[in-house]
Amino acid sequence: MRERLVELRNVAKSYGRVFAVGGVDLHVDRGEVVGLLGDNGAGKSTLIKILAGAIQPTSGEILVRGKIETHWNAARSRDAGIETVFQDRALAVQQSIVRNIFMGREITTWFGLLNSAREHREAERLMREIGFTSKVFTPDSIVGQLSGGERQGVALARAIYNKADLIVMDEPTTALSLTETEKVFRFVRTVRAGGRSVLFIGHNIHHVFDIAERFVVMDRGRIALQATKQEVGSAERLIAFMENVAHPQGVASFDPASLEAGASS
Amino acid sequence: MTLSLEPVEARTAPDARPPDGALRRFLSKNRASIGTLAVFVVMMAVFIVASPQVFTHWQIYDSVLVTLPVALCLVVPLVFVVAVGEIDLSFPATMGFSAWIFALLVQAGFSPFLAILGALATGMLLGYCVGALVVTASLSSLIATLGMNYMLRGLIMIITQGKSIALLDLQDAAAGRLFSGEFFGFPVQMFWALGFVAFAGLLFNRHRFGARVHAVGDHPDSAQQMGINVNRIRIATFVFMGLGAALAGVFSTMINYTWWPTTGDGYLLPAIASVFVGGTPTWGGIGTITGGAIGALIVSFIQSGIVAAGLSGFYVQFFNGLIIILALLGHRWNQKRYR
Repeated sequence: MRERLVELRNVAKSYGRVFAVGGVDLHVDRGEVVGLLGDNGAGKSTLIKILAGAIQPTSGEILVRGKIETHWNAARSRDAGIETVFQDRALAVQQSIVRNIFMGREITTWFGLLNSAREHREAERLMREIGFTSKVFTPDSIVGQLSGGERQGVALARAIYNKADLIVMDEPTTALSLTETEKVFRFVRTVRAGGRSVLFIGHNIHHVFDIAERFVVMDRGRIALQATKQEVGSAERLIAFMENVAHPQGVASFDPASLEAGASS
Repeated sequence: MTLSLEPVEARTAPDARPPDGALRRFLSKNRASIGTLAVFVVMMAVFIVASPQVFTHWQIYDSVLVTLPVALCLVVPLVFVVAVGEIDLSFPATMGFSAWIFALLVQAGFSPFLAILGALATGMLLGYCVGALVVTASLSSLIATLGMNYMLRGLIMIITQGKSIALLDLQDAAAGRLFSGEFFGFPVQMFWALGFVAFAGLLFNRHRFGARVHAVGDHPDSAQQMGINVNRIRIATFVFMGLGAALAGVFSTMINYTWWPTTGDGYLLPAIASVFVGGTPTWGGIGTITGGAIGALIVSFIQSGIVAAGLSGFYVQFFNGLIIILALLGHRWNQKRYR
């Protein structure tokens, strides 16, 4: 069995009396690509923000490599080997590419002075790795000058710099062109091939089905389905399940058990 | 009509490529401070043409250089506060308060050096209180620091009953020679202030703290998501402001060896004007220390320059405002805001 990298146990987040996430169990093993699906407002982004330490859960436990974490926050999450590519990319657009890549994680020499030369070398390497083909941009280019796909590239470069064990990507292909989307997929496969894990959140079920090997479907703050690719069988069955979750009366006869039956036939 | 299948990028790339070369890179990276320098040069050229007999003699520069160190100590840390996305209007009272502690310690017979350390600690403590109030209670820094300014100044007035403290003994002390008077024909405080500017520039541009100030001012949510303790960085800029204000307070007390209960009051608007004249925008995320320092130079010269140019004192405010507005327009045109 593969090592259990990260596990959320009964994690909940409420705003007043409204539950954004209500008691969710989720785990990611080493080297697997997990697809997290769900409608708008299902709680996906809240869940991954909890995982990233950007917001504190109301209750529940977070385990990294089997150990319960206390004082979980964004810095802890990154130290634990979890890098998150947020939906809004979490960039500072008036700053240079190099400053964004090393945001919160500056390479320094003595007294906290920046090791500018090393940061530039690393940034150039990462930009090549991500596939910044255009020579127009240097590590000193301002992120505000970049297109959406290129900004995504900066966010991805930042995520791989620290050789994180788990890269969480919140709707990384939204608003990207076809070629840029393909770049993101290539990125996920590269990460996967390196024995690292990816938690991939997406709206486009076909995209997620292609890239992930296990699926978690959320609905109104709860987990509605956890199944492997084999169990699900096809993207169409996944779509059918999700439509059923969203509008139960529409396809009343459908239940998760039928998925398993479908996979075994 | 023929259809070209050549990739668009290949056709446009040579033109789109920014010009290479260290000089071009330097210019584009420092456009704000170079713009400020241009404003200064033009302003001084106008003054020299208007009044050559005054501006070709050293005397006018000497009089500006006396108060410039005080202004520099205020403007430079204020750039940090503005770049992090806040504003501090409480520094005049912090300056007065720290200098008061300095004066009291000297009066009580402590070594002036110890008194300076006491003043710096007071300034940083007050800065911390202001910062913690603004950040943890998430108050508007504009209003909260305005309130703090009144409150601290009021406290000084209540306790001292408006009486000043003379420290004439300092004149002959080692501290007096080290922090007052002239050195090679320049006010000695100028050297200390330039050292402080250089230190702040290093902190702002080459240090992890400066990098995080930029990130927090640019996009606090992003900075927080990347593991930066946003509140700590914000408070730290207020602490640094307190340090600068304390330094300014000690310097201004050392000029005439007298502490006034109003010490610092006159610096509020000129210091703020200097930051923005210097090319630091109001919205946070970017700023320039060099620009701020030149901005302080510009603001210091406006007043003496206009009077020296033969215009009556009634013109001072008008030209003060005109130069601020022109400088802002220039920076707006010179800098693009990225969102």
